[in-house]
Amino acid sequence: MSDALYHARIVEHDRSPRNEGPLEGATHTATLDNPLCGDIVTVRVILRTAVGESPATIADARFEARGCALCRAAASMMTSRVIEKSVDAARSLVAQFEAFVSDTSRDAASNDGRGNSADLGDLEVFRGVQKARSRRTCATLPFRALAKALG
Amino acid sequence: MDLAVRRREFPTLVTSEDTSAPRLAYLDSAATTLMPRDVLAATTRAMTDLGNPGRGAYARAQSANEALVEAREIVAGALVAWKGTAWASVPGSAIAPESEEIVFTSGTTASVNLVADTWGVQKVGEGDIVIVGEAEHHSNLLPWQRLCERKGATLELAPVDDRGRFDLGAFRAQMRRHGERVKLVAVAHVSNVLGTVAPIWDIAFAARSVGAKLFVDGAQAIAHLDVDVYALGCDFYAFSGHKVYGPPGAGVLWAGPGTLHDVPPWQLGGGMVSTVGLARSTFRDAPARFEAGTPNTPAIVGLAKALAWARETLLESQTGASSVRDDEATVHEALCETIRGAGARILGVPQVGVVSFAWDYHPHDIATIADREGVALRSGHHCAQLIHRRFGVDASTRASVGCYSGLDDVEQLGRALAKVREVLGRR
Repeated sequence: MSDALYHARIVEHDRSPRNEGPLEGATHTATLDNPLCGDIVTVRVILRTAVGESPATIADARFEARGCALCRAAASMMTSRVIEKSVDAARSLVAQFEAFVSDTSRDAASNDGRGNSADLGDLEVFRGVQKARSRRTCATLPFRALAKALG
Repeated sequence: MDLAVRRREFPTLVTSEDTSAPRLAYLDSAATTLMPRDVLAATTRAMTDLGNPGRGAYARAQSANEALVEAREIVAGALVAWKGTAWASVPGSAIAPESEEIVFTSGTTASVNLVADTWGVQKVGEGDIVIVGEAEHHSNLLPWQRLCERKGATLELAPVDDRGRFDLGAFRAQMRRHGERVKLVAVAHVSNVLGTVAPIWDIAFAARSVGAKLFVDGAQAIAHLDVDVYALGCDFYAFSGHKVYGPPGAGVLWAGPGTLHDVPPWQLGGGMVSTVGLARSTFRDAPARFEAGTPNTPAIVGLAKALAWARETLLESQTGASSVRDDEATVHEALCETIRGAGARILGVPQVGVVSFAWDYHPHDIATIADREGVALRSGHHCAQLIHRRFGVDASTRASVGCYSGLDDVEQLGRALAKVREVLGRR
């Protein structure tokens, strides 16, 4: 079924999250909480820098979350997206996602596949958060934790 | 006054009938109650008609003085048994508290902070003990925590049992163990999470036996129980106007006769001084001593009007087939049944007003989806993290009743919970 906020893909990721759990050998870790609701997310990554390669690549990423469906699904989809991507690409994804969920203009809501949002791919299922202001932080919390972990 | 008639008194409910959005099932009265039109009118009239009380000789300023005097008398009258005959003779009833015992604050939170920062600072010292209930709202915990930190005193919890009831046996043992080192006991009359009622008289008796004072947070009780501060035996009683059909911004601290005598003032400023010198000043007695600055006259007038409105509604309904209290209890029980029926776990065994539950879904997801179905619920830790931990959860979803709540609201909640399951899938 289709729901404006709880897209089927979000529900699916919430129920069967990818990359959930501890990460042995993590090189970078960050925990963030939302004091308003008590949700808490920890993101762990392993950065790999090959000889002559710059910048580093995210070899693996995992999360642990105590939070709502939006938060857990965002963490699941985000970690799936950044594994084997460069740190720069991950940072850029964080910035794009933040801009995307905060965008209340009509363009953002109606023009699929235009501008920056084209790069978001399946993360566009969080479009419903644009109108649910009080729930935005739920979706962005894992992204902010990733940015914090990457420093 | 039956439910349909009562509901017509509330503009929020009448307005919501006119829109295309789902009908509003307001189940968050524990956070803030809706306001009846008479209270709204009295509050706005105070804004247009009244000057600054105690600060002018002209008619509008004088009217503001009189409005505050009258409000204090109404509040004093409301703090003796609501259903009793004492009400018939207020204001000025011999049984009612003296209006000097009524301090107006900005709300329950300010009332707690006031007592902690004045009475507490004077009476609690190093090595002393302050005991707070395990189910306290943060506002009846943190001011005492800070006081104990500052004074080198110890803060202890009085536990609740598995039903969420105040554990009187454990508390009496605590009092026997510590004796006169206990200076203050602070407890909620009704828990804002569990909906359980604390046995205030028994707590007061045990506190008194060692010379400790009892502070009661009445925020969740004032709209649902017959409050009689003398019969309860407590020393302080606090509540907020917006939890009993009044506007936000005004609350009450009742302090027993003489309790605040010679206690240092709280905030300093206009309206509370006798004489001011450069090096030293002297202050008026309670309540003025604790009411520095321009009072929130409209909110105070609204609070008094709300108490008077609630009294009339309650008294009048006694002659009818069922009282407001009976109606509320019926709705509360139906809420518990519906929530249990959905497979959720209710925290403790609620007695009045509120019911909080943990379910297969996160409280925020439940509240968001319920909101779209027109049902207003509270989600989160409800400013009471300790009691959530006690029941093994981080957060819960809460439904609560007011005098306008009906079984149709409960049915709407039932449909909303089914919708949650439909959207998020069976777990």
